[in-house]
Amino acid sequence: MRFRGDGLGGSSSLVGRVAPDELIIALAGNPNTGKSTVFNQLTGLKQHTGNWPGKTVAVAHGRFEYQGRKFRLVDLPGTYSLSASSVEEEVARDFICSGLAKAIVVVTDATCLERNLNLVLQILEITRRVIVCVNLLDEAERKHIQVDLNQLSSILGVPVVGTCAREGKGLEDLRAAIHHMALGTEDASPLQINYTQPIETALAMLTPILASRDKNGLPVRWRALRLLMEDSETAGDELDEDLRLVLSQAYHLLQEHNLAGDRLHDSIVSSLVHTAEHIAKSAVTVTKRDYDYRDRSIDRIVTSRHLGIPIMLGLLALVFWLTLKGANYPSRVLFATFSYIEEKLTSFITTRGWPQFIHGFLVLGVYRTVAWVVAVMLPPMAIFFPLFTFLEDLGYLPRIAFNLDNYFKRACAHGKQAMSMCMGFGCNAAGVTACRIIESPRERMIAILTNNFVPCNGRFPLLITLASIFFVAGNAGSGIVPALVLVGLIVLSIFTTLFISKLLSHTILKGLPSAFTLELPPYRRPQVGRILVRSLLDRTLFILGRAVAVAAPAGAIVWILANNSVAGRTLLQHLASWLEPFARLIGLDGYILLAFMLALPANEIVIPIVLMSYTQTGALFELDSLLELRNLLVQNGWTWVTALCTILFSLNHWPCGTTLLTIRQETQSWRWTALSFLLPAATGIGLCFLVAQASHLLGLI
Amino acid sequence: MPSSGSTIPLSKLPLGQQGIVRELRSNSRARRRLLDLGLVVDTIVEAVCQSPSGDPKAYQIRGTVIALRAEEAASVIIERTES
Repeated sequence: MRFRGDGLGGSSSLVGRVAPDELIIALAGNPNTGKSTVFNQLTGLKQHTGNWPGKTVAVAHGRFEYQGRKFRLVDLPGTYSLSASSVEEEVARDFICSGLAKAIVVVTDATCLERNLNLVLQILEITRRVIVCVNLLDEAERKHIQVDLNQLSSILGVPVVGTCAREGKGLEDLRAAIHHMALGTEDASPLQINYTQPIETALAMLTPILASRDKNGLPVRWRALRLLMEDSETAGDELDEDLRLVLSQAYHLLQEHNLAGDRLHDSIVSSLVHTAEHIAKSAVTVTKRDYDYRDRSIDRIVTSRHLGIPIMLGLLALVFWLTLKGANYPSRVLFATFSYIEEKLTSFITTRGWPQFIHGFLVLGVYRTVAWVVAVMLPPMAIFFPLFTFLEDLGYLPRIAFNLDNYFKRACAHGKQAMSMCMGFGCNAAGVTACRIIESPRERMIAILTNNFVPCNGRFPLLITLASIFFVAGNAGSGIVPALVLVGLIVLSIFTTLFISKLLSHTILKGLPSAFTLELPPYRRPQVGRILVRSLLDRTLFILGRAVAVAAPAGAIVWILANNSVAGRTLLQHLASWLEPFARLIGLDGYILLAFMLALPANEIVIPIVLMSYTQTGALFELDSLLELRNLLVQNGWTWVTALCTILFSLNHWPCGTTLLTIRQETQSWRWTALSFLLPAATGIGLCFLVAQASHLLGLI
Repeated sequence: MPSSGSTIPLSKLPLGQQGIVRELRSNSRARRRLLDLGLVVDTIVEAVCQSPSGDPKAYQIRGTVIALRAEEAASVIIERTES
């Protein structure tokens, strides 16, 4: 079974189809340097940019033109190094080594240049076609950090361009520099890193023999270094007898100086880090020592022992409250608009004199289901995702992972699972995709398999409606109460996630927690502007598009089942009565269980299908008041146990169709996809069975 | 910056205190990752905050704040500095 199926292998596939007159430019850099913003500014391409380490796993590419020349920009994964200890680093390094790029723009963060220079130096060892882009100059200025760009350029020996990509400043200079370098009118002579004497001697022993064998124009010195580090594969050098001999002499020399294995690596990395430190010292001036005082103060509060978790839950409640409150009105408008269109469609079909079943199938079946899904899903998603991205942009999400890591560690899972889990509140399919930020394949699989245990937007309406009408005193249809009820249910779902993660870690996905390194990036002013709105619409509309694609056939099936009778009863009734005995065991009834099954395409349509079945109208409809809804449910035999079991089953059942397809895509395996279906289903059935049977035995109903 | 001379694991560094990296006790992959974070010998680190449960802790390393779990930070041996 394969864990990863992103198709990241093979450098040429990263670029897509390149026109012969297009010049390839690569964009490299540490995570959190605004690399994606630079990419968007240069290409105008919509790509989601988040303050989230390791976001760009899938490689984006786009085009731009400058002074009549066409450029193809490739956004490489954000990495701290090229030592290839992760897939991202491997992808970035292989692409840089491939020589496909006419220029490599390394985006760096002006507020922590020293750390960023480590990557710059590593890239400079492979190619001289490098442009250093010092981004976030505005942030640096605010923190009283000055970067001397000329000084930096003269030390590094390559062009350096300063930018504030979010404001679009310096981009023109960057385009000009790219144009200049790609057309090869400048020959840079980059800085060479000096290693300790024994390493330099060993390198000198290897360079003559390597110089006689050209490998794609890769620098001899770098190839020699790879060979010393026992990585002949990357350099592409064949280890024949001659080379082996020289290499063994070089190893011998290094061993004499106690520089074998880890020590050699240590020494090489130390030289890089110390070179970066020296460069930063001469090019960066910090006029205020406690420049990060504000960030540290905020961190102390949002991660504090007593306030950390409450602040997190409070923010969650606030986001839900705004989502629920704000979605109300636009949902109504959408419903009204869709029913107006439905009238038009109906009259269009009747005036043509088309048969009744065509109208029923197309309008009452397909159209109404799609309309329902759009009207119910679109407004909350269009509010939830911007709010979520706001927190993401601000840099708060890594703090959530930081706060919750210990719980995930105890479940033998990864702290970053907290971030993909949060994304799951918006949409589980998006949450599953977000699991890419977890490097360890085992922990990534756990995160994928358990993402569905937290409820997505599509399940909120059911949870809130049922909780409000059966468990909250008085009519709590509005205000903060539903948001709090939801937070309670979500805390429950987080516990389930942790429990199942632990279970998986001790059974089929055995293993120790992998190392956890998480950057807590500086807090940044979120970009509320054009890019944000556009990227959000992308996210929302993308998910909505897939939901509509699965809702249409579902609507058709429901309509057929509800409108075709055998032996005096509709197919829907037959199916429901067949399911009834089992459904009763787990506290539901046949119609509810059937509704969950038919709602495989989209969780939103569970309640509508249940209501449709009870009233036998054969098509989706909407009830105006919660009281009316309660009466209808009670008339059909609902008790608080039914409501509780329906809520539990909604929290724990199979993922929706879109999520299943996404899981299949991410795991490249139908077996893992099947497990992701069975796991929550078994959990839900088990929980509901316990609740239903216990309440019967205790005589609670 | 005068140093105290005695060494402790990074995980034991109290919040707000600084130390200088003296030795890495992990090997291969884990070691490389720590090195890539800039944790080479002679690097100054500061413990800046901890999660509500006390683990992981976040450290200021070469201008960036990085969270490490206790068992990983324990493999980094530092010398306390009296700053």
